[in-house]
Amino acid sequence: MPNDERGRPGAPATSLSSDKSFSAVRRSSPKIDGRGLILGRPAYTDDLAPPNALVLRLVRSPHAFARILSIDASAAMALPGVACVLTWKDCPRIPYTRAGQGHPEPSPRDKFILDEYVRYVGDEVAVVAAVDQRTAEQAAALVRVEYEKLEHLLDFEKAVDADVIVHPESGIREMFPIGFEPARNIAAAYGMEIGDVEAELARSEVRVEGVWRTQAQSHVALEPHAAFSYLDLHGRLTVVSSTQNPWHTRRLLGLALGIPLKGIHVVKPRIGGGFGGKQHVHVEPFAALVTLKTGKPARIALSRKEVFESTFTRHEMRVSLRLGASREGRLRAIDMRILSNTGAYGEHALTTFMVAGSKTLPLYNKAAAVRFGGQVAYTNKVSAGAFRGYGAIQGLFALESAMDDLARKLGQDPVALRRQNMIKEGETSEVFRIMGEGTEGIAMTVESCKLEYCVKRGMELSGWDPKRLSWEEAPGKIRARGMAIAMQGSGIPLVDMGSARIELQDGGSFKLHVGATDLGTGSDTILAQIAAEELEVPVEEITVYSSDTDHTPFDVGAYASSTTYVSGSAVQRAARKMRELLLETVAAKFGLPAGEVAYERGSFSGAGGTKKLGLEELSFDTLYHDGAAMRTLSVTESFTGHKSPPPYMAGFVEIEIDAETGKLWVMDYVAVADTGNPINPNLVRIQLEGGIMQGIGMALCEKVRYTSEGRLLTNSMMSYPIPTREEVGRIRVEIADSYEPSGPFGAKSAGEIGIDTPPAAIGNAIFNATGTRLYSLPFEPEAILAALAARRDP
Amino acid sequence: MTIAFRVNGVEERFDCSPGDMLSDLLRSAGHVEVKKGCGTGNCGACTVLLDGKPILSCSFLALRAEGREVTTVRGIEEEAAVYAAFVTAEGADQCGFCGPGLALAVHALRSEKRHPSEEEIRSYLAGNLCRCSGYAGQLRAIAKYLEAADAE
Repeated sequence: MPNDERGRPGAPATSLSSDKSFSAVRRSSPKIDGRGLILGRPAYTDDLAPPNALVLRLVRSPHAFARILSIDASAAMALPGVACVLTWKDCPRIPYTRAGQGHPEPSPRDKFILDEYVRYVGDEVAVVAAVDQRTAEQAAALVRVEYEKLEHLLDFEKAVDADVIVHPESGIREMFPIGFEPARNIAAAYGMEIGDVEAELARSEVRVEGVWRTQAQSHVALEPHAAFSYLDLHGRLTVVSSTQNPWHTRRLLGLALGIPLKGIHVVKPRIGGGFGGKQHVHVEPFAALVTLKTGKPARIALSRKEVFESTFTRHEMRVSLRLGASREGRLRAIDMRILSNTGAYGEHALTTFMVAGSKTLPLYNKAAAVRFGGQVAYTNKVSAGAFRGYGAIQGLFALESAMDDLARKLGQDPVALRRQNMIKEGETSEVFRIMGEGTEGIAMTVESCKLEYCVKRGMELSGWDPKRLSWEEAPGKIRARGMAIAMQGSGIPLVDMGSARIELQDGGSFKLHVGATDLGTGSDTILAQIAAEELEVPVEEITVYSSDTDHTPFDVGAYASSTTYVSGSAVQRAARKMRELLLETVAAKFGLPAGEVAYERGSFSGAGGTKKLGLEELSFDTLYHDGAAMRTLSVTESFTGHKSPPPYMAGFVEIEIDAETGKLWVMDYVAVADTGNPINPNLVRIQLEGGIMQGIGMALCEKVRYTSEGRLLTNSMMSYPIPTREEVGRIRVEIADSYEPSGPFGAKSAGEIGIDTPPAAIGNAIFNATGTRLYSLPFEPEAILAALAARRDP
Repeated sequence: MTIAFRVNGVEERFDCSPGDMLSDLLRSAGHVEVKKGCGTGNCGACTVLLDGKPILSCSFLALRAEGREVTTVRGIEEEAAVYAAFVTAEGADQCGFCGPGLALAVHALRSEKRHPSEEEIRSYLAGNLCRCSGYAGQLRAIAKYLEAADAE
């Protein structure tokens, strides 16, 4: 982690991690579950389902919009081995949202487990449960459904105030004012203005504007969504699920099924990737419904086709942006207006759209006036939901493209323009205070920001030369460079909360129970490292158990780049408190004041070294030997952020375009990130590399496509390609030397920041190669060829 | 109908329908180390060896395995444990869902080609997708593993 930049002049030395020494963090410990997973041990939800469970199969809508007139399940029920066929008439009519978010939910309650209406191709019509998969599939095919087909609405740009109303039903509602107007096809709306944007634009000597469009993208976590459920000995409903948020899942299940939360136990085993796609309830309500109706265990695992057609995508957005600056390149005004497509239901409608502003606009905090606003529209498409980048990637595509356009108009190096305007350590942005996740934000000063270093180091590594941003590498092979910067957050302040419990176990090791949810990111390992650092023991002395509503303390779950910062801070607090408790306990045993006992790496000493005790001995004493003083040494602590310190990234790409075919190759992607102190540098690096690859996928090849009837064309991994290991040249990632004072051992987040820069950086490189701005993602060869042709033949 | 084939060296009998895919049959018989990611032969998570050669079991009719030798990651466990140490040392295991299939593909690569170049590794493993790692870390780990293994 080279560093030649000490932040702004006079910055306190605490903003660097290299000044400090650590034993368990800032180390690349292997992920504790990795070996078992590679060796194929039963670990994921569907690996663990009871063999006698009923197998579920869903009957899904073939229409984009229809009312169900009748459902005839008699032929299906007559098939031997069919346990039940459940329809909307078997469900409580309780509106809920599938979005795993805080409480009350910022998403409208506009969904029923099953409904009389179906609002997209793939919407659930009936649940079939049978003794095995084959029977369930046969039975599902025998369910006869009569529909009244309704006129459907696919184009989100024509959705607001359209004749077709996606949600005409009664009973649906918002939980607090989010601008919910279903009669106008508006799921949410918001607006804010700082200063006078029109006046600042009017006095700006240089202005640029454009309308950018970002597509729906599919998550494609390799493990399809799965759940199973059963009634335990006490008759409680147990749900094992591939979920990113066990507590939200429990709360939403309780709401939708109308049963008390104490009657539900949710467990998350290992999970095969999430990226936001498992931050919702897609399968759990159906398994639970069947278990409650039949009393039998039930299992459901979606096919890949169902994952594409019937879970969520990224929100498609239209971002209209205007920038104004002085002739010297000082930004005066940013005006961002967004229309977002939430599809058939409004999950994450408001929050994703707001993040498109709240996690982009503070990057350029020196603008005198900033305006943000827009609407989120319903359509008869697959619902949109949480997806890594969560609005920020959409907003940044527009903002970082426009910054390059502005630089060109000013005749400046795009890097220089950014350096002049971007946020720096010790500064703030009014946007932090005004815009939160569906509510007001939280004012915050940026205590760690090594963006300046990231940009300079990225220039060095990539060989950035503003005078040579495009060249012909060989006949017909055009090379070009582009760049972009980005910020994200670290959890949602005063909304997201995580907890940790630490207990000294017999034998002298520690048990760490966390509600946090490891999606494969390695958070169980990272959280163990944090506890080990504070308790001065090897990581192997921490036994981690996570994500179980009965057996671990509460945590909102893994999303919004929160786990290291929010859950990690809870672990650090618990470990600190455990350390104090250990010292008090040993002091009492030594007959000394607590302040006179020393602790170092598992050993206590006092009275000039004449009294000594180790953790193993202490554990047996407290559990077996101490008579009336015997007790379990256990502490539970919680944390919610008072700020959401942003991680930052500067991304520099080198592309090659084949002038004959328009095919674009990413030759080299250099990214330098400020994630605070990396608790596990390897795992941070992989998060960044993996995020960059998903961002490249969004920029180049991933696009959800429909027929005019609203049927998804991209419903398999044949028709929806994700990048393979052959498609990208080098990805080079470095982590800046940074220390976030409010984070656990200086850490911020790393989960999302990686995905944010590629669309704009690649778009800027295409501009540098062709002289044409491409405003729509993905950048397909046809558009690139047209751009090249326009350059040759203006 | 009933069919029989060897799984990791042990003869097993399976109740099977003509349309059953090998991955589903193996999983329902308890071989859950075989993962199913896409069902269309695109992602590689279901990779197993058939008579020593990698196949995509989600798109391979179970009937065609009759009388043959199927190897899952459990069948190369010792070797896979060594390989796993290289992958976890790089932090590239992530969610792990592609892990068993990729381990088998790497095993097959190793048996076909000594000292492969980076391009050859990428090309051979191109059918094994990973959505978490961005591939770069996997490539670092696999290159180091193959170098160490081929040096033996």
